[in-house]
Amino acid sequence: MSELTRRDVLKVGAGGVALGGLSALGFDVAVAEATTIKQELRIEGAKVSRSVCPYCAVGCSILAYTRKARNGKAELIQIEGDPDSPINEGTLCPKGASAMELAISKRRLQYPLYRAPGAREFKRLSWSDALDMLAERVKAARDRTFVAKDDEGNVVNRTEGLAFAGGAAFSNEEGYLATKLMRALGLVYLEQQARV
Amino acid sequence: MTNHWRDIRNADLILINGGNPAEAHPVGFRWFMKAKVERGARMIHVDPRFTRTSAVSDLHLRIRTGTDAAFFGGLINYVLENRLYHDEYVREYTNAAFVVDKSYSFDDGMFNGFDEETRAYDPTVWKYETAPAGGQAPGGLGGSGKSATGLSTQSSGPNSTFARTDIDHPRSVLNLMRRHYARYTPEMVERITGIPRDQFLQVAEMVGEMGRPDKVMTQVYAVGLTHHTTGSQMIRAGAVLQLLLGNIGRPGGGMNAERGHANIQGNTDNAISWEILPGYLKVPAPGQRTVKDYVEESASKKAHPRAMNFFGENYGKFLVSLLKTWYGDKATKRNEYAFDHLPKPAGNASWISIFDQALQGNMEGVFLSGMTASSIGPDANQVQEALGKLKWLCVMDSLPTTSSEFWHAPGTDPSAVQTEVFVLPATHWIEKDGSFTNSGRWSQWKDQVLQPEHESRHDHWMLADLFVRVRELYRREGGKFPDPVMDLTLDYRDPAKPQLDEIAREVNGYDLKSGKRLETFLDLLDDGSTSAGNWIYTGSYTESGNQMKRRNGVQDPEKNDPTGMGFYSEWAWSWPANRRVLYNRASADPRGRPWDPERPGIRWDAGQKLWVGDVPDYLPDADPGDPESPLPFIMTGEGTGRLFSNGLSDGPLPEHYEPIESPVENPLHPEVSASPATFMYDEAAGRPNRFGTVDEYPYVATSYRLTEHEHYVTQHVERLVKLQPEAFVEIPEELAREKRIETGDMVRVWSKRGKLEVRALVTNRLGPLTIDGRKTFHIGIPIHWGYVGIKTGDHWLANALTPFVGDATVRTPEFKAFLVNLEKL
Repeated sequence: MSELTRRDVLKVGAGGVALGGLSALGFDVAVAEATTIKQELRIEGAKVSRSVCPYCAVGCSILAYTRKARNGKAELIQIEGDPDSPINEGTLCPKGASAMELAISKRRLQYPLYRAPGAREFKRLSWSDALDMLAERVKAARDRTFVAKDDEGNVVNRTEGLAFAGGAAFSNEEGYLATKLMRALGLVYLEQQARV
Repeated sequence: MTNHWRDIRNADLILINGGNPAEAHPVGFRWFMKAKVERGARMIHVDPRFTRTSAVSDLHLRIRTGTDAAFFGGLINYVLENRLYHDEYVREYTNAAFVVDKSYSFDDGMFNGFDEETRAYDPTVWKYETAPAGGQAPGGLGGSGKSATGLSTQSSGPNSTFARTDIDHPRSVLNLMRRHYARYTPEMVERITGIPRDQFLQVAEMVGEMGRPDKVMTQVYAVGLTHHTTGSQMIRAGAVLQLLLGNIGRPGGGMNAERGHANIQGNTDNAISWEILPGYLKVPAPGQRTVKDYVEESASKKAHPRAMNFFGENYGKFLVSLLKTWYGDKATKRNEYAFDHLPKPAGNASWISIFDQALQGNMEGVFLSGMTASSIGPDANQVQEALGKLKWLCVMDSLPTTSSEFWHAPGTDPSAVQTEVFVLPATHWIEKDGSFTNSGRWSQWKDQVLQPEHESRHDHWMLADLFVRVRELYRREGGKFPDPVMDLTLDYRDPAKPQLDEIAREVNGYDLKSGKRLETFLDLLDDGSTSAGNWIYTGSYTESGNQMKRRNGVQDPEKNDPTGMGFYSEWAWSWPANRRVLYNRASADPRGRPWDPERPGIRWDAGQKLWVGDVPDYLPDADPGDPESPLPFIMTGEGTGRLFSNGLSDGPLPEHYEPIESPVENPLHPEVSASPATFMYDEAAGRPNRFGTVDEYPYVATSYRLTEHEHYVTQHVERLVKLQPEAFVEIPEELAREKRIETGDMVRVWSKRGKLEVRALVTNRLGPLTIDGRKTFHIGIPIHWGYVGIKTGDHWLANALTPFVGDATVRTPEFKAFLVNLEKL
């Protein structure tokens, strides 16, 4: 049997397999006569997008297949490794291979929540309220803990009572923006997973 | 990584310390296996546990956790004593020939320069001797054996002079190292690490061969080396070994960190880190009033006439271009480009410091974005207490975390916790575009595949919207020095909803006169006419387009990998300048010929008068035949790799120190067992240190990770929870027999700080080690469980056991070496 490539199988498989197709794959013609397989690719007609695995820092290149649902929204139907990638050549580990489950999870947080001091539960909050409340608190903390000049009279312009931590799972551009905004607010306590 | 994942396939020997790539980076590991299968490379795995990586390695060395500096020290000694180092590389490309100042000393575990009161070293005392003025500039560094030069030392000052170079001088770096590492005999290595002498020598022989120019070894590591109070020095010890062997800068070589998260590299590059600004510029310090002050104190100085000192010489250009990006027209020559708008920290403001400040009542609010403090620790019980002292906590995440739920964790009474908690639902990676930079510095742009669900929002929109609201409050009400907030440039179509594409262009940078995006950071200036959000990413999004989107890969290797070295230069984009292997000038000899013609990094093409191959980490047209051509390590003040270095806080040469909680006294210097420069957070804050001794806590614990889980988020992924459903601790068979523990039994593991009650997994993956004559057991603790996830319950946190202390230089916590006790429940 000649060496099969993935492309060969897909080429032959799409839209139905005729006898000739099966013998092109090298199967015994008698067996092929006995069975006729109609096979449709799950990803038939899907749009292919390029992404990168969200888990470790190997950075496996992935292909994500979506199809428009009846309501016009894109539905994710498949994630697999990108065979063209010099990094992973189409392979994925168990985490990457199950990344779809991370993406489409019923456990996702759906709306902003607020827990008051001493309270026993969260309450739902609108984005507008959440951001307004946070903006007030950020300003108040900055105004209360800002040090313009230190004890030696040096201009330091730092906010000592606020901290931002995180970001290893978001993109460069988001991370850069976080740094830019937090430094503009005067933060010195700025950290992420790199430290720990 | 100095190199990259696919490059590992080019190695002859793969040395893995403090990492378990078969399980933690499985797909990256295929390149290790290809090296083995395709070129007959050998693989050595040095790890306290026998893991799947060990199973396919040629040799597994069981090592006591936290003792890799002794292991590397032993190899350095072996290589030096037996003259197996790459002689020409060491003479020409490292600072081996630099003469160290006569004030330098090392006695009984103490380097010179220690201040007993502040309990800190002053690294500037670890300097070179300056040569007499008027000395001749030599052609080479030490190739002819002797040379004397003119000028500059590392310390700042108007009368800078270069370092004296003389490889035969008793205080040359090389000779100091010979004496320093002479103590790291195979017997001493065995006493400290538990690795039997014969096994060590077997490895030493294999490693020693790698000093040949036609051989190359890659050093790979992960958090097994970083998660220690001595992490920086352990890693540096590996790098020093690699320099001696001539493996830095070469395909198949280098010092390669297997990082943990999808974009931890990128966000380190983008400086979500207290002590840096984007592109690894230092954060300004109090007392610096001008850009000139800042550069004077932050940038490296030339220590050799042929050193390019590229970073040092261009430091100001990178800072000014960053300030122009952030403050636009508000950053002018007259106001030092708004230099004072940058906050200057008083002191260390790293991760542990945040929670230390919270405990002291100084922290009002904390944002946690895709990171859960409660689980990641260290000293999780103390972290929970710290969170309870905040006025408010804002968690930005796509799924609930132990931090968003800390206030009602098992055993916590919510009515006693006054912290306000905001939880903002974040989108996932697949619901936005933007780039991720992997461990190999390759930055790949990803498409937005899905629309956000429900009311989830992008992290950057949350932050931008929040900032815009804060700005509006300042506009209306005024307040403390609003200028940096008001003046910040937010040149996006919608400042509350910036597009990642807009930000990527900003990061690349512009020629502000022409309005065109820059091709290279070589065009950045300090006169306010250029901008760049992050100079190391300049060139990633040029006028030709977003280079990080490129996808020309393995389906056409002839076209896309013409050298056959696996560079694939048109797949995505790597920083800096799309270079694949850093320091690659050192991959060729002083005449421009690759040390190993079979595996060339770059080589001098005399016909074209250019360096060809990978993107040269060097002036592309600098003729190696010119005696004034720069030394290969263009970023350092020396122009060379640094065997001796004042870059770390706890010593200029790596030395073995014990973990803070150790079963033995340091056999090298029992009076100074652990590093004296380690910062004791609890003690410094007036709280008692909580460190256990081996009498009460006889076993050495090390925390680790499983393939099927990624930190804590995968507790929400059903398939992965099914594969690894329940928390456990790994106990060596012999110890389990002693304690009558069988697999499946519930056990209690506890340290001075906290306890964990979980199932036991009895294994021969862990075994006893004999440390300085004492039988010592390791216990392995996977980190992944907590009280949030599909299988929720009262399960507590692995990090409740770890100590609230970090590395002397970088303050990374000592997660992987602490003392515990164990009993069957």
